[in-house]
Amino acid sequence: MVQKRIDDHPILSPKDEREVRFSWNGKEMTGLDGEMISSALIANDIHVFGHHEKDNSPQGIFCANGQCSQCLVLVNGRPLKACMTPLCGGMDVRSVDGLPSIPEDTDKAKPLDTPLNEVDVLIIGGGPAGLSASIELGERGVDVLLIDDKDRLGGKLVLQTHKFFGSVEDSYAGTRGYEIGKILSEKVRALESVEVWLETTAVGVFSDGIVGAVKGSEYRLIRPKKLLVATGAREKMLSFPGNTLPGVYGAGAFQTLVNRDLVKCSERVLIVGGGNVGLIAGYHAIQAGIGVVALVEALPQVGGYKVHADKLRRLGVPILTRHTVLAAHGSDKVGSVTIAGLDDSWKVVPGTERTFEVDTILIAVGLSEVNEFYLKANEWGIDVYSAGDAQEIAEASAAMFTGKIEGMRICSALGLDVGEIPAEWEEKAIILKSKPGPVREWIPPEREEGVFPIFHCTQEVPCNPCTSVCPVGAIRTENDSITGLPYMPDLSKCIGCLSCVAICPGLAATVVDYRKDAKNPTVTLPYEIWRKEVEPGTKVPVSDRDGAVLGRFPVEKVIANPKYPGTLMVQVKLPRDAAKRAVGIWVQEENREPSELYEKEPLPDSAVICRCERVTAGEIRSAIRSGVRDMNQLKALTRAGMGACGSKTCRVMIHRIFREEGIDVSEVTDRTDRPLFVEVPMGALAGERRDGIE
Amino acid sequence: MSRYDVIVVGAGSVGVPTALAMAEAGLKVAVIDKYPSPGQGENKHAIGGIRATHSDAAKILTCVRSLEIFSTWENKRGDDIEWIRGGYCFPVYRDIEENALKSLLPIQKEHGLDIDFVGPDRIQELIPGIEKEGLIGGTFSPGDGSASPLLSVNAMYRAAVSAGAEFLFKHEVKRIHLSGGKVNGVDTPAGRMEADVVVDAAGPYSPELCRSVGVDLPVVPDSHEGAITEPVKRFFEPMVVDLRPAPGSKNYYFYQNKHGQVVFCITPDPPIVGTDHRETSVFLPQVARRMLFILPRLRHIRVRRVWRGLYPMTPDGSPLVGWNRKVEGLLHATGMCGQGYMIGPGIGEVIARLVTGSSTHEDGPILAGFDPYRQFLGAEALK
Repeated sequence: MVQKRIDDHPILSPKDEREVRFSWNGKEMTGLDGEMISSALIANDIHVFGHHEKDNSPQGIFCANGQCSQCLVLVNGRPLKACMTPLCGGMDVRSVDGLPSIPEDTDKAKPLDTPLNEVDVLIIGGGPAGLSASIELGERGVDVLLIDDKDRLGGKLVLQTHKFFGSVEDSYAGTRGYEIGKILSEKVRALESVEVWLETTAVGVFSDGIVGAVKGSEYRLIRPKKLLVATGAREKMLSFPGNTLPGVYGAGAFQTLVNRDLVKCSERVLIVGGGNVGLIAGYHAIQAGIGVVALVEALPQVGGYKVHADKLRRLGVPILTRHTVLAAHGSDKVGSVTIAGLDDSWKVVPGTERTFEVDTILIAVGLSEVNEFYLKANEWGIDVYSAGDAQEIAEASAAMFTGKIEGMRICSALGLDVGEIPAEWEEKAIILKSKPGPVREWIPPEREEGVFPIFHCTQEVPCNPCTSVCPVGAIRTENDSITGLPYMPDLSKCIGCLSCVAICPGLAATVVDYRKDAKNPTVTLPYEIWRKEVEPGTKVPVSDRDGAVLGRFPVEKVIANPKYPGTLMVQVKLPRDAAKRAVGIWVQEENREPSELYEKEPLPDSAVICRCERVTAGEIRSAIRSGVRDMNQLKALTRAGMGACGSKTCRVMIHRIFREEGIDVSEVTDRTDRPLFVEVPMGALAGERRDGIE
Repeated sequence: MSRYDVIVVGAGSVGVPTALAMAEAGLKVAVIDKYPSPGQGENKHAIGGIRATHSDAAKILTCVRSLEIFSTWENKRGDDIEWIRGGYCFPVYRDIEENALKSLLPIQKEHGLDIDFVGPDRIQELIPGIEKEGLIGGTFSPGDGSASPLLSVNAMYRAAVSAGAEFLFKHEVKRIHLSGGKVNGVDTPAGRMEADVVVDAAGPYSPELCRSVGVDLPVVPDSHEGAITEPVKRFFEPMVVDLRPAPGSKNYYFYQNKHGQVVFCITPDPPIVGTDHRETSVFLPQVARRMLFILPRLRHIRVRRVWRGLYPMTPDGSPLVGWNRKVEGLLHATGMCGQGYMIGPGIGEVIARLVTGSSTHEDGPILAGFDPYRQFLGAEALK
């Protein structure tokens, strides 16, 4: 069959791994050697990986990050997480329907001693924060062990195909996230004192100062003098009926499938949440050829950068603020979703319910810190630090900064004379973490001659690569602040090089050129979707900043700047009155009307809160109403939080139900977290080496 | 201020069933616990095994009653406490354990317990995949079983509340209050609560509580680590106990609960004395290695969570239950040595009768065996 793969991506090159054969429930399939089993299955259009033992409900990919266990499959008889197990030729993969059996096996135990590594600094997490800290430490010769659970460094940078914000000199602004990941990884790899263990999952921090980790299939103990937790964030989940159906998952999981593994996991998605994560996921979806029916946001405005929202609107994606998701429908996987409008008191406005046919619902309603290692280490009195999202949720550019800062702090704590941490670092970190400012009125220059840039950038965000890239230094930001809006004080200085169009991460810069034809100036528009849609001569729908189509105009020329090849620059001749307003090209023209059917709503109490144990909102509410105020007792009674993930997803949702029930959270005893934070096979704990057994 | 007939200190494995039995006997009971809900001390650290097949009359008789309470709970009271009658199996690979276990059979059989020493074939039927090499056989007692400590303490708590017992959580008893040398209640941060009888069911914290009235209890807590795996299809029924020692540890035991999760625990050697609850890196490699030797198949199961619980130990491994002879009105129900969960319901009824002055003939050997003033001669054979 035709595989669901993304062969034509505007930014990413197709995979060139060789095809291997494997079987799924006895049926022959092909996948790519070394890709995660989950991606191989989805590429074969398999979305249901098994059925939960409690209620036989279907399960599939959820976190795609090794944290949740929803994607459990049997691999050659052993229960394993599909999202963390690389595919090999000849694998027998089966669904887990109900409880898995463990294989009969009477081979004698071959335990070995568990190796203990003593290190000066252990860094958990090789994302932007962990890599930046490693560089600070490694450049000063500090002995560092950097561990990461994935097969490559970069963390979530690996998934980011868009250009980064911030500044060129501090955070690679204008460079795409995955490229930044490569740059940082290469720097780390060149450092002699930094040892990197990939495919190594930290599973617990113990009171004897030792971190337990599984390296490949081996259990290892590490005793660091200093511990840096740079474990990033995890996605928050929403409570609505149908929320455990395969096809409901986080935007991060989606980006993993689409951008890391180039799997076309969906045809049509609805996105819930208008923060940067949701907005960017929508953009990534369109780049992957996946239709976005809408993005809904409960607040009256999107929380993410306006330029990200504008990018999405310009492609034809409706952004529905003051809307929420009511329910997902489907028998074995998502088939449709019902959304509705909200009033100012967050109640559904009757009559506004609409049901759309979609196969995927992306939840992007915020992130929470992966801080269990930090909290435990702190409790045990270990000298522990945190950086990046594990410290405070913010952009990856901020994570690079906090990583640098914490790296320096650790150097000092180890007695190295590194001097004071530059005060400007702290300031920059704070600026990079800042929320976007208010939206201001867009005032284009009055001039209608010559050539000059137009900045469709109306909201203060920490970003200024346009000022660095301008070869004549003609672009500035207000007060020369990184968060100031860009402008060109003397428009006559523009030489029409188009570099600002190429670098702008918000795709918010255009260049209008009146020199050849003042009545029909040529406008250079940034464009990052398929090239085939903008071949010269094609009439393309040109849109303004808010996504309104100004008309269809033929493409004159398509240019790419070799330094920023992913951003095509499409030149279109426009009437003078439209030229300054033009900024994007509509891609998604298909009309996305709601489907006729309106699904009867299941009771909201049927929403699943604890997905591991399939505990519903109703069960939790009734326990709270019976007087439960201790989350440990709630766990004892309902099993909420007792599953594989250790309440990583349900904890915040349970807090919310307490609040909905009018309980003051200060009255509620929070649950006790214990290792292990990720399950570990007993054979590994016993010191068996899988590869050495056979 | 309300006055109670009895105040129980500790809403755990012993305190909750004792309060239930006393409330059902018509007493006005209050239970005070420093934790926010029932069973949040050591009860939740218990792995859930319940057996009557002990080595002395007092424990045997108490646990026969406990088994009856656990095994009939759902029928009589309606709550599922995940009771499973899976039996206990002590597989044996050496003469020394064979002889020790066989020497207990007479007293166990004398009390009518269903237990026998069976051959290796039967053990392999009971524990498919068990290491065959050197397997001599072992004891199997099909009447024993397991239940969920978390669910049962909450079920018993609800029953106690229905029977009229009052619970005060998040309050630590600072001291027992005396009046004229007799118990007159307890002092809590919320003020004094009065009663003529105080039941000390504070487990590892009993020594501290009793010191407030000058009583020095021979209870020393030590800690044991336990863990639980992911759920998998049921592949063995009994609680498996391997009595052999190894460097760093004594016995270890494991079973598969109603959800299919394997729950396990090991006895460290030497004991880790104190009330430290913090998980260490030592436990998992140590216990996993031993469990794989007896059941290699377990290498494929994934361990989910670990914890550490306290055993309030007495010099001979048996509980301290009975009136204090110096402080009138103070009743000890502590020093359960890690068996509070299985002893609790049975002993709760004995305590209720002791308080109401209606002890039966059958209570005699129990109260004698658990007498806090007994001579601590030797350790219990199975400890």
